[in-house]
Amino acid sequence: MLFNTKDILETTRMITENKLDVRTITMGISLRDCGHSDIKVTAQKIYDKICQKAEHLVKTGEDLEVELGVPIINKRISVTPISMVGESCDANDYVPLAQALDKAAKAVGVNFIGGFSALVDKGYTKGDRNLIASIPEALAVTDIVCSSVSVGSTKCGINMDAVKQMGEVIKLAAERTADRDAIGCAKLVVFCNAVTDNPFMAGAFHGVTEPETVINVGVSGPGVVKNALEAVRDGDIGMVAETIKKTAFKITRVGQLVAQEAARRLNTQFGIIDLSLAPTPAIGDSVAHILEEIGLESTGCPGTTATLAMLNDAVKKGGLMASSYVGGLSGAFIPVSEDAGMIAAVERGCLTLEKLEAMTCVCSVGLDMIAIPGDTSASTISAIIADEAAIGMINNKTTAVRLIPVPGKGVGDTVEFGGLLGYAPIIAVNNFSAEKFISRGGRIPAPVRSLTN
Amino acid sequence: MRVVLTIIGKDKVGIIAGVSNTLAECNINIININQNIMQGFFNMVLIGDMSEATVSLQEAKEKMHALGAKIGVEIRMQSEEIFTAMHRV
Repeated sequence: MLFNTKDILETTRMITENKLDVRTITMGISLRDCGHSDIKVTAQKIYDKICQKAEHLVKTGEDLEVELGVPIINKRISVTPISMVGESCDANDYVPLAQALDKAAKAVGVNFIGGFSALVDKGYTKGDRNLIASIPEALAVTDIVCSSVSVGSTKCGINMDAVKQMGEVIKLAAERTADRDAIGCAKLVVFCNAVTDNPFMAGAFHGVTEPETVINVGVSGPGVVKNALEAVRDGDIGMVAETIKKTAFKITRVGQLVAQEAARRLNTQFGIIDLSLAPTPAIGDSVAHILEEIGLESTGCPGTTATLAMLNDAVKKGGLMASSYVGGLSGAFIPVSEDAGMIAAVERGCLTLEKLEAMTCVCSVGLDMIAIPGDTSASTISAIIADEAAIGMINNKTTAVRLIPVPGKGVGDTVEFGGLLGYAPIIAVNNFSAEKFISRGGRIPAPVRSLTN
Repeated sequence: MRVVLTIIGKDKVGIIAGVSNTLAECNINIININQNIMQGFFNMVLIGDMSEATVSLQEAKEKMHALGAKIGVEIRMQSEEIFTAMHRV
């Protein structure tokens, strides 16, 4: 098949100038057969299984990068929630299991491993309690292990005991890594309607409905979308949506190709493509800059939510036909510290926590990578989690909270996480108390819309 | 495997000669060449067949990279699959 020169140069330009990349190839690995009464045996089984199943993951990703000429930024692993794997152990402390994940992930050369997780939408099992209690220490003594806790869903309602506890766990994780600007919290996500096939960190885990192993791919390309929109500056909003759709289609086709080929070479199943616009702190790789290209003076100003809603929907519509299996979070991400445009919007005082909350109603995920003052109380963090979980529960969508209360820092300070995690100015939090509401505990009943049968 | 080479840079004598010589050294057959000069800039898209190639894609890319550095143009070499995926439904 011969190509049009214009098409070829367009693809090349997307890669060289607009930072088109495949954000992650994530291998899901079931650890359901690794349980044992002795935690040392469990840890060993976890290590051995990951090393065996993911042995060729990084090499395969690198080979595809060379052949296709498109950067594949991350190779990652997600595993069965460790609360389930550890449940059969006699031990109460699951930190050794986190260390086994860390060691195995480093041995196979991936840059993150997700699944130090518990799903407690309706209540705790013994393993869930042990795991959640182990999170602050586990995130402090490991480097690349990511943790997530699901505290609610549309079907189950919201577990307010877990919401209360996660506020405390986030504070503890911050204190335990205070010497590193609370980096522990950057590896911890609290979910409502958690997704079982999400390839993105820190919230990836390998759900119980997933096969033995699977390849999920997350695509990206905010820079490509922004560049395409520069050509339709005089068009109406329908033309903007159409341009985003067409661009998302092309980006997703690359992800689909990489996912199919990686799954074939690794002799496993292709799971899903996650149609996401995932930004990085690099210039030209920002979702906020897309919103500004469409016509906002600064992300966070009135009109931001509508613009983001249109962007998010157009990305999905364009991507859907480009891939045979779509899943994961699929939408625009709005992490603050990982997006140069979002950082600038916070710094110029235009983007607040409350506006970010509104934005999470119309895009994927939620309050992501937001640094808040270190003296924010656990109950206030819990209340923010409750608000975000309620948005997810009622709107039947995934929402998440990844807040970083940085010890010793306040509004006006900046925190630096480095690499893909970026840096963030500390954002102000409304500190009127929700202590009484949070201390009630119990469970918010599942909403009417869960009764769809 | 078929590969697509894109060569972009300031026009000068010998770009096509250099590229085709290097391809011949690797036993990569040229199937199609499309080339033009726009505002003094050289643009070329070349499709090659690697089925009889004596080197791997990685090695061929390294040779092209070295050549590009020598003659002052940017040469990219990719499997045609990425273009098929993106531009053919």
